Amino acid sequence: MSDKDLGFVRRYIFSTDHKIIGIQYMLTGFLMAAVGGLIAMLIRLNIAWPGKQWAFLEAIFPQGMAGGIMSPEFYIALVTMHGTIMVFFFISYVLVSGFGNYLVPLQIGARDMAFPFLNMLSFWIAAASALVMLLSFFAPGGAAAAGWTAYPPLSAIASAVPGSGMGQTLWLLAMALFIVSFTMGGLNIIATVFSGRAPGMTMRRMPLTVWSYLVASVIGVLAFPPLTAAAIMLLFDRHFGTSFFLPEGLVVAGELLNHQGGTPLLWQHLFWFLGHPEVYVLILPALGIVFDVIPAFTRKPVFGYRITVYCYLAVAALSMIVWGHHMFVSGMSPYSGEYFSVMTMVITIPSAIIGVNMLGSLWGGAIRLKTPMLFALGLIAFFGTGGFGGIFLGNATADVQLHDTYFVVGHFHFMIGGVTLLATFASVYFWFPKMFGRMMNDKLGKLHFWLTLVSFYCIFLTQHFIGLAGTPRRYYAFTDYEFLEGIRGPQMLVSVAAFVMGASQLIFMANFCWSLWKGKKAPINPWHATTLEWTLPSPPPHGNWGAELPTVERWAYEYSAAEAQDDFTSQVVPASQIPATF
Amino acid sequence: MEETHIETQPQNRLEATLVGLLFVFLAVGMVYLGSRGWLPRLASRHGAGIDNMLIYLLVSTGTLFLAGHFVLGYFIWRFGGQAKPSHRLSSKKVERNWSLVLGLIMTLVAEGGVLAIGMPVWGEYFAAAPPADALTIEVTSEQFAWNVRYPGVDGQFGSISPALIDVSNPIGLDPDDSIGNDDITTVNQIYVPVDEPVRIRLRSKDVIHSFFLPELRVKQDAVPGMTIDIWFVPTESGQFELACTELCGLGHYRMKGFFNVMTAAEFDTWLAEQSS
Repeated sequence: MSDKDLGFVRRYIFSTDHKIIGIQYMLTGFLMAAVGGLIAMLIRLNIAWPGKQWAFLEAIFPQGMAGGIMSPEFYIALVTMHGTIMVFFFISYVLVSGFGNYLVPLQIGARDMAFPFLNMLSFWIAAASALVMLLSFFAPGGAAAAGWTAYPPLSAIASAVPGSGMGQTLWLLAMALFIVSFTMGGLNIIATVFSGRAPGMTMRRMPLTVWSYLVASVIGVLAFPPLTAAAIMLLFDRHFGTSFFLPEGLVVAGELLNHQGGTPLLWQHLFWFLGHPEVYVLILPALGIVFDVIPAFTRKPVFGYRITVYCYLAVAALSMIVWGHHMFVSGMSPYSGEYFSVMTMVITIPSAIIGVNMLGSLWGGAIRLKTPMLFALGLIAFFGTGGFGGIFLGNATADVQLHDTYFVVGHFHFMIGGVTLLATFASVYFWFPKMFGRMMNDKLGKLHFWLTLVSFYCIFLTQHFIGLAGTPRRYYAFTDYEFLEGIRGPQMLVSVAAFVMGASQLIFMANFCWSLWKGKKAPINPWHATTLEWTLPSPPPHGNWGAELPTVERWAYEYSAAEAQDDFTSQVVPASQIPATF
Repeated sequence: MEETHIETQPQNRLEATLVGLLFVFLAVGMVYLGSRGWLPRLASRHGAGIDNMLIYLLVSTGTLFLAGHFVLGYFIWRFGGQAKPSHRLSSKKVERNWSLVLGLIMTLVAEGGVLAIGMPVWGEYFAAAPPADALTIEVTSEQFAWNVRYPGVDGQFGSISPALIDVSNPIGLDPDDSIGNDDITTVNQIYVPVDEPVRIRLRSKDVIHSFFLPELRVKQDAVPGMTIDIWFVPTESGQFELACTELCGLGHYRMKGFFNVMTAAEFDTWLAEQSS
């Protein structure tokens, strides 16, 4: 069916077209990112000048900033919401659901996702979930304030912290909705990859982007449902008197509570059983995308395609059995601690091989430093840096000092924040011409890249060092402790760098909006890339392909083939014309 | 042909050099910043093992961090001016060999660190029972204070019950239990003798807290419903700060206590004063 037969609402709002849904996810995610980013600015403002009066902020947050001064309960609510929004409602939406939806059918030569209606449903549940999460701010007592990890009893008992009233209930409902939507999305991607590939698109000819979405979706579908269960159990503990996570003898705010038999550690196991694989659900697509961006700007195939796929599979399997490295000092058995240490260190092996394959993909290439490539190169550096931090934290002995300090904050911002953020930007700059038919401005893109990269290093590497000094995370102020006196200077550096990074995202927003209307018209294949989406008009029509599906003749990395005139050979060029590598 | 070649023009050599150099400068700058002594001073016996672990990791990953950024910068500089690729496909053997090299490096750095340096420390202090003569101190955390209890001269703790907790009895001591009559309680102040093993028996009344002594390299969550023992040996006299490192509510950032390490004689005097 042609999209001309559909009205505006079916075309752009309740659309079943994977491309529209992908863009809907992307825009929703960017909106949430703006909220999460502004929250980060408030957090850093308070850390730089704790308890200082900002009269203008009282107008926006009459409760949390009464008298213009941030209250400690508002501060921890901001910390909680920043983490939740960025991990689940920005990166997951834009990178996994957004680009996953947009790219997977195009790159495998399908007309749409396997279940287009389910796809629409998952987006609208996701949108509802984001809305419920934001409503948390307007609940009596304010937004959820037990951290993005929502450890009970703090998150279970309304009198434990103001945010554990209605705010926490909305947080849990939003998370349950999010997981329902994300699981539907994951199943859809798996089904699409297995059933929707065009003739000739064998598994080993799939671009690494598709591989990464496939593997990430499998991990997601396996790991996410336990948290839905946990969220519902916690809702029951909060409202219906059950005791899944609450032991006997709790005395909160001077009152003895009538619970017995539960344990707070159960939540931690269930949360991290999701939480750790979630990291890889976000990271793998980021890595996959970079493996597809790099060859377009080196004009040569990737290095180690098959080994990279094996490493994805290894990382996926291992990611399911290392969750306990978040719990070394939780009271879990110290013997489990050593098991989780040893298994976690095994993950460094496939991860390092993926890293060396990225570097190897640069070797001998004709490197061209366009904006998407710069973000890809930055990502390689971030992936290494984040990985090295992980070696500290996965080691139980070192983690005793580092657990719940700024070292952890710095580390996961490099990985789940930085790697994914740079991949998101690389994707936007790279596929913007396909999505909207126009180019983004390259000079502004480069300025955006350098400001983001340098400020990111200043913020998050410094946080590693502050963490070594023992600085606990989620502290409203660092004024009460003598041992933290030395870190106030570095904290100021971090805050200033954070403001620079926040401001430099305005360049991106301006570039994005300006290019939508005024950008240079994009040709079909501006980067001279080989994958299937670059054979389609920009933007591709509903149903993607004309009367006939494309026939795939070769792998996705046929750059600079000796027999070819151009330095790239599309996947659809017959092998009889130009021999296929495989 | 409708397509322009604008987006794939050869790279400007100068720009590639600058980009490569920037990555290297960033890495060097960050290693310089990191090489400042960031760790707090050390005041416990097992802490030396933790510091060894941390220093080993800082040196080994710092080297890899530098090496990685140098390689990245070098590749960008070296290949940034090429109009055409000078190398296309590597053989399966080359790909496999690089995987093996990286696998070996990570096994040595990451797994080797855990097994050779980390595990002995972990096994000696975290997975082992404290010496029989260790001084036992019970610490019961609550929003936002640390309730401290010593067993007194009989060496035994009296029984407690959450139902008895009120403002004047923060941990719910049972007044009818004679064993508890000599128990010594303080709030936010822990006193211990230097160079003697200390066992901290951690409990929590309300939410999860975490018992963190930065200078002593001690950190352990206090979990409601659980009693968790940890032990260590302070090696320096003086007053150390106790901080909470698990988000526990709006006063988390000021849930401060003091860990006072004194000579054996001073400690005995303090104990005698409390008992009388």
